[in-house]
Amino acid sequence: MTVWTIVLLASIAVFGLKLAGYLVPASLLEKPTPARISSLLTVALLSALVAVQTLGSGSDIVVDARVPAVILAGVLFALRVPFVLVILAAAVTAALLRAFF
Amino acid sequence: MSIPDEGTPVGAVDEATARKAAIRASVGVAIAVAAYGLSFGALSVAAGLDLWQTMVLSLVMFSGGSQFAVIGVIASGGASAGVAAIAGAALLGTRNGLYSIRMAPIIGGGWARKTAAAHFTIDETTAVSTAQPTLASQRAGFWYTGILLYTGWNLTTLAGALLGDQLGDVRQYGLDAAAAAAFLGLLWPRLRQLQPIVVAVAAAVVAAVLSPTLPAGVPVLIASLVAVIVGLFNWFGRKATP
Repeated sequence: MTVWTIVLLASIAVFGLKLAGYLVPASLLEKPTPARISSLLTVALLSALVAVQTLGSGSDIVVDARVPAVILAGVLFALRVPFVLVILAAAVTAALLRAFF
Repeated sequence: MSIPDEGTPVGAVDEATARKAAIRASVGVAIAVAAYGLSFGALSVAAGLDLWQTMVLSLVMFSGGSQFAVIGVIASGGASAGVAAIAGAALLGTRNGLYSIRMAPIIGGGWARKTAAAHFTIDETTAVSTAQPTLASQRAGFWYTGILLYTGWNLTTLAGALLGDQLGDVRQYGLDAAAAAAFLGLLWPRLRQLQPIVVAVAAAVVAAVLSPTLPAGVPVLIASLVAVIVGLFNWFGRKATP
């Protein structure tokens, strides 16, 4: 699969899901289980992506400069620091650790 | 038009005031969120996508979480992790479908309007719209947020991609850590109750443990089963209220 195929198919899928919601009867939202699973699905995927992005290296798990950077990001998000500043702080932390160690 | 606020009965909110408040909210949200676009653009080219592929994601997919998922999976698994990248983006996109169900009665109109609205139906437009008091201000909030955010998101994606192109080795600048922090930032506001916190921790452990043995992207999809199981049985959740 080429990167273009991935980009186009994934874009169509995401738009299709948005459009599908306008076709579905509103009563589906009143059922608690689909709504709950959907919101937990987002949580699980994002959290798994945090883990893989922080620890993954090829097909291995490694602990490197990303770990302290992401921990710092968590502290800053908890302190309600704006998104862009947190991302910047995480990048600078990892870059500095790699430059000096 | 200078009736004091405390004298306004509930349900008789002044339309012009409500509309102004909706537009103000949409401008604030659009400016704050468009800045994500800068990190998205830079991280996307760092993940190995070119400028045009990056722009198609922001122009056509237009859903931050799903876009970050695509570039995240490609960054770790390359184009051979394509199925996992598409599945990850689609799973993260399912919540937009739920927002669409909620937005349909507010948007109204025919198919052309609904299709245009579908493209803009994301976290931020739904949040701004449903926070407004009247139907007219809900519509104003939706369309203003959608159009401003779409414009800002694509312009900052372009700037980020052009900037990212000049960088060279991105690990040197900590951009891989920035990508992880970006996912954490999208996750953070959702961790207000025990149930999502349990799901988040379990999913992270599952993904990390499975990573060395499975192809890139697949551990993330298997980790999402945690959500299905916990959600189905409502473990760690509140008791259902009738």
